[in-house]
Amino acid sequence: MTERYVNIIGAGLSGLSAAVTLSRKGIHTNLISLQPSERAQSVLAEGGINGALDTMGENDTVSEHFNDTMKGGCYLESESAVRLLTENAPEVILELYRLGTPFNNENGKLSLRNFGGQKKKRTAFAKSSTGKMIMTALIDEVRKYEAQGFVQRYPHHELVGINVSHGQLRDITVKDIYTGEFYSFGGCTILCVGGLNGFFEGMTTGTTQNTGNAAALAFNAGVRFANLEFIQYHPTTVQISGKRMLVSEAARGEGGRLYAVKKSGEPYYFMEEKYPELGNLMPRDVVSREMYFVTHSSEYGGEVFLDMTSLSEEIWQNKLSDLRKEIISYMKLDPKTAPVPVSPGIHFFMGGIRVNDRHETNIKGLLAAGEAACKYHGANRLGGNSMLGAVYGGKTAAETAEKYADPSEKICLSQYNESVSSPSIRTKLRDILLGGLGIVRSENEIRQMIDKLNGLLSREDLSEIDKMRIELGLAMAESAYARKESRGAHFRSDFPSSSEKFRKISVVSYKNGERILKFISAESEGE
Amino acid sequence: MKYNVKILRRERGGSSSFFDTFCYSSDNNADTVAAMLTALNFRDELLDINGEKKRPIEWECSCLQKKCGACAMVINGRPCLACDAVLSALGSKITVEPLRKFPVICDLTVDRSIMFENLKNLRLWLRSDADINDKCYSLNYESSECIGCGCCLEICPNFYAGGKFFGMAAVPLTMRLLTESEIKECKDTAKLYAKHIFAGCGKSLSCKNVCPKGIDTEKLLVNANAAAVWGKRIK
Ligand SMILES: Cc1cc2nc3c(=O)[nH]c(=O)nc-3n(C[C@H](O)[C@H](O)[C@H](O)COP(=O)(O)OP(=O)(O)OC[C@H]3O[C@@H](n4cnc5c(N)ncnc54)[C@H](O)[C@@H]3O)c2cc1C
Ligand code: FES
Repeated sequence: MTERYVNIIGAGLSGLSAAVTLSRKGIHTNLISLQPSERAQSVLAEGGINGALDTMGENDTVSEHFNDTMKGGCYLESESAVRLLTENAPEVILELYRLGTPFNNENGKLSLRNFGGQKKKRTAFAKSSTGKMIMTALIDEVRKYEAQGFVQRYPHHELVGINVSHGQLRDITVKDIYTGEFYSFGGCTILCVGGLNGFFEGMTTGTTQNTGNAAALAFNAGVRFANLEFIQYHPTTVQISGKRMLVSEAARGEGGRLYAVKKSGEPYYFMEEKYPELGNLMPRDVVSREMYFVTHSSEYGGEVFLDMTSLSEEIWQNKLSDLRKEIISYMKLDPKTAPVPVSPGIHFFMGGIRVNDRHETNIKGLLAAGEAACKYHGANRLGGNSMLGAVYGGKTAAETAEKYADPSEKICLSQYNESVSSPSIRTKLRDILLGGLGIVRSENEIRQMIDKLNGLLSREDLSEIDKMRIELGLAMAESAYARKESRGAHFRSDFPSSSEKFRKISVVSYKNGERILKFISAESEGE
Repeated sequence: MKYNVKILRRERGGSSSFFDTFCYSSDNNADTVAAMLTALNFRDELLDINGEKKRPIEWECSCLQKKCGACAMVINGRPCLACDAVLSALGSKITVEPLRKFPVICDLTVDRSIMFENLKNLRLWLRSDADINDKCYSLNYESSECIGCGCCLEICPNFYAGGKFFGMAAVPLTMRLLTESEIKECKDTAKLYAKHIFAGCGKSLSCKNVCPKGIDTEKLLVNANAAAVWGKRIK
């Protein structure tokens, strides 16, 4: 029998989940990634993964998980998608447990912790290295299928080309970074390339590997993107050498408190005072915005601290030991005895490749999952929903891809015109985007950003990939400009309230050298 | 502070290595070797101490916070992570070299695929649903923390890439499997472990203090030996 193949680009949580699902169906996969899975951003995830397992005696339900996700995302996702995600969440977690993820548990009953934007304990965790623990388990499982010949890994290979014609994926081009050789792979492809971190190099909590080049290639090949204006600033990050380091939401889930300092020297627990119900665990967009306002007010000292000094010994030992080690190592400060100065940092991209509930893009034969895809999280992602979205999304994409699987055609290309991005252009692009896509945005800033981007795009010395990156940058900027309201992670000082008119997703396509932006209902999947 | 940084380099496909020396200044006491390599590559023109133009330095990184193992290299003679090597603690003269136990691809990038191949050769995967009981939870957790950087192999006197001895890097995941499964289910792995790890380990334990994650390699080794070689129950 001829073997049928699917290409998976990216070997983080979503890519591995897709590979396992396809292997179990007897479909072969080419698992292509810049670096091995052990180095993917997914290993950085800390706090946990959500699912209404209701093990904590709080009568949690799937419908509450659904409601919290819709509300946290400000209703910018289709109900059907979020329903599928939340209904499947408990089984996703139990499967990861069966695969050997050492989730915290009591006699086999999973422990759950509080996480932002959710009233009930719903987040399964393995101390504060949940991503690493899940990845280790999934990598083990994929290894089995590698040995059986179902998964062929290409662990030092970069996606450098996406060839589409007449709305159909023809092939992809991949470079072996070690040998410098180029290959083309035919057949159905799932993009699991992670978020757009590389557009904000050095300024995010994520990895340097997710350069954003794959997204730029996809955008320029005509793949439709959505909700690009929604960038999650995580409230509690700190600057370390070369990046923002996350202080997991788990710190607040376990009792950590945020405060600013009043002129009198007294602490001001602004989240607890303003939001008595969820306090420090309001959704991230709200907390980051409040931190922005409090630090920009002359009444307080300009800094916000995360106070974890009252957490019990039991919590430090069994739940947050890794986090404490990390803070001591990088900040030379023990969070057990001293508050940690924190500020918001770019952490997650709600926007990305728009997919339908089956994870298909508008291009036939091309699917997307994980953080690369715009799915489930609307205008603001809840902590713990991303790993869930990645594992569930990877599985769903794989189930859909089964029907597209074909005999694989891998051709070594004797020649390929490679385009390389320039560090100085990347820095310029980053700085321009940072200027207009902050926590609080104004028309003036956004317009300046667009002008500068157009200026950058008109330079004659740009490489092809840099042009593509700037095009996608413009799509982000124009989405932020067009959304004349405030919703989730997009806060406009000139339009500070939400408007029913904009309860729609912003969709951008690139056709004949032009970006076309539309607002469409989240329920609608077509143009 | 000013640093004089000697980097051992090699052209892609080349067979001989050479040093390039660069000047780097930083007033940030927390700056790491990873931050320095990034900054050098971001220079419009990378000039060495003699003012000669050099091509960017190839190296691998990903998380920049000790969680992925990508940036392992030899710094001032010691295998470690570039994102964990704070410049100010290294002195003003710094030597950076690639890991020596693996084929060099270019500059500081080496091909560590043999490590992952060896895990496959040991047949490290679950045969049935995992069962992690309380007794071995912490052993399982510590084993799962291995980031696959290869520092323990670099320092090991017995390991060489492609050899019969797989080295410490394969122990944590073997241990992990043993904490999750009944030994009777993974007898084949136990046998392979005896052949490829137990038999080749000279017990010098030079890997003991080199793990950037602080994994207690001796503890894992003793427990894995007990279970895989001597059939002792760890559960
Ligand atoms: C510090 C941190 C903590 C987090 N904590 C949590 C948490 O507690 N709970 C939660 O739900 N979420 C958390 N998240 C978010 C979550 O971890 C990610 O969104 C999720 O893991 C993304 O998985 P992924 O499969 O989409 O992508 P990734 O894991 O980012 O993998 C992307 C893959 O694509 C590959 N790739 C990229 N570009 C190319 C290319 N051009 N060619 C070939 N391959 C390419 C990479 O090599 C990699 O293998 C956290 C994120 C960070 C940064
Ligand atoms: S870059 Fe991940 S360990 Fe250094």
